[in-house]
Amino acid sequence: MIVDDRPERAEILSAALAHAGYTVVARVGGRADLAQRVFEIQPDVIIVDMECPDRDTLEDMSRITRDRPCPTVMFVDRSDDDSIRAAVQAGVSAYVVGGLHAERVKPVLEVAIARFNEFQTLRRELATARSSLEERKVVERAKGILMKRRGMDEEAAFRALRKMAMDRKVRLATIAREVVAASELLT
Amino acid sequence: MTPLRIGIIPLTDCAPIAVACERGFFRRHGIDARVTREASWASLRDKLAAGALDAAHMLAPMPIAATLGIDPLAVPTITAFSLGLNGNAITLSEELWSRMRAADGDATAARPLPATALRRVIEDDRRRGRPPLRFAVVYPFSSHDYELRYWLAAAGIDPEADVGLAVVPPPRMVECLESRTIDGFCVGEPWSSLAVRRGVGRIAITKLEIWSNSPEKVLAVRRDWADRHRELHRAALRALLEAAVWTDRAENRAEVAHVLASERWVGAPASLLAGSLTGRIALAQDGEAVELPDFHVFHRYAATFPWVSHAAWLVLQMLRWGQLARPVDVLDAAASVYRPDLYREAARDVGVSAPAADVKTEGTHAGPWSLAGADGATIAMGPDLFFDGGTFDPRALVASLTRSPIASPRVDLGALAALNA
Repeated sequence: MIVDDRPERAEILSAALAHAGYTVVARVGGRADLAQRVFEIQPDVIIVDMECPDRDTLEDMSRITRDRPCPTVMFVDRSDDDSIRAAVQAGVSAYVVGGLHAERVKPVLEVAIARFNEFQTLRRELATARSSLEERKVVERAKGILMKRRGMDEEAAFRALRKMAMDRKVRLATIAREVVAASELLT
Repeated sequence: MTPLRIGIIPLTDCAPIAVACERGFFRRHGIDARVTREASWASLRDKLAAGALDAAHMLAPMPIAATLGIDPLAVPTITAFSLGLNGNAITLSEELWSRMRAADGDATAARPLPATALRRVIEDDRRRGRPPLRFAVVYPFSSHDYELRYWLAAAGIDPEADVGLAVVPPPRMVECLESRTIDGFCVGEPWSSLAVRRGVGRIAITKLEIWSNSPEKVLAVRRDWADRHRELHRAALRALLEAAVWTDRAENRAEVAHVLASERWVGAPASLLAGSLTGRIALAQDGEAVELPDFHVFHRYAATFPWVSHAAWLVLQMLRWGQLARPVDVLDAAASVYRPDLYREAARDVGVSAPAADVKTEGTHAGPWSLAGADGATIAMGPDLFFDGGTFDPRALVASLTRSPIASPRVDLGALAALNA
């Protein structure tokens, strides 16, 4: 699916994609019901001009359909400016299609889709890493509460938490949250 | 002269940046400002993250979302400058307005307008098996999104379940309302005024009325850029402080409208921009203009100060509506993005009084009040009421999150309470 305000450019891009063996299911530009159209058409890839105001709409949709995200490929007409190129590449699953030459379209799309998949993996890894950091913080707090209330040293507080977790077959962070919540109730 | 690349979105509240450029405030502080108009918030964000821009006119929640890693690019971003207070409105289609008036005439006569008549319309649609009404905001991490949700939720409307919410870029809002793709929107000026002028929409309530003197846009920079360019950043803040003082004066507002009318800035008729800038807003095509002199506040009431408590309120909205799913220390997160320390340095340079405190409560002042400046002066402040009588105390953060029955948090509330005890 191509989203572009300029029909002539969309035409060239469309021809290039067809030549590279892709099927363009829709060409839309500057319309109010863009979100509706994307839901109806369910494209495999969306191609959009970086300078198109509809980017915010498309990005929000990919947030809503987090279960089935769709790669969005961005292009800029000016590929001479390094910082603009960097900006395009910084966007999710984006790549430059400067000049829109037919022979360049296929490799660019392949790279964009690969980058998109990489990003999805990275995002999942990042989410896991973040939650473990928050969990460590909560465990620290729970340890602190036990040390203060029961006069334990740090080692003993940690062992007590671990034992509770093992006895109840739940994760350490879960027990730590309960300890913290219980302490809130008491104060 | 040191070059500074600034990105803006064509909206009335970019005024302090426009004035700093056009009236020589940047030049006076040794800055050669190179401004580009961006087509989308996503593009502005990507260019700032990638270093194609040094500074950006951003929605206040954007640098917070970037720093917390919940938008696609996750580059730590800070702000030391608020570009002003208020400036948005919720506008409904004329068709929806007639249905609301028929459903509950008394409720539609009240100001500030509650969403109770809207709830009656939604209930009626549900009984008849009609599809839900659709509303648009400009970006998921925006005060527009949080204001619209706040207004709906206060009337018992669940923004997640009872209506459809979409993102539409500001310049397409009016067209979407006209084609009935959406039934209402929350957007910055001049787009509500344009809907009114064309007779396709009616301003239901302004941001000023939802939460008086609430935060809107900021000047955002990457944290690593701010560390490497301390002097340039400080000089830019000095220029913007002076520009904000000038922009805020009532006698200069007509000229501000004239400056913004150019294609280089908003690219809309000066007569359209002048309404909200001079505080006379037409709520409907066939109605009298109402006087709202605080519709845009650029300097008074410490409008340019980056209140850490404002950022904390925004973080809470991200938690309330499930945008932020992991527990965080809210004030800590707010203070890692909002930097009153940097603001105070620049304010001292140009003789502007900065508040001594980093946080304040909200919803407790119905009229003028004052607070202490870091320099010992007294700063005059404006009202800070929420339209539904709500309050916000930065020392009791989680209580304000769990107070409303309408919320869709994805965070573990116990863990959140633990981190904010």
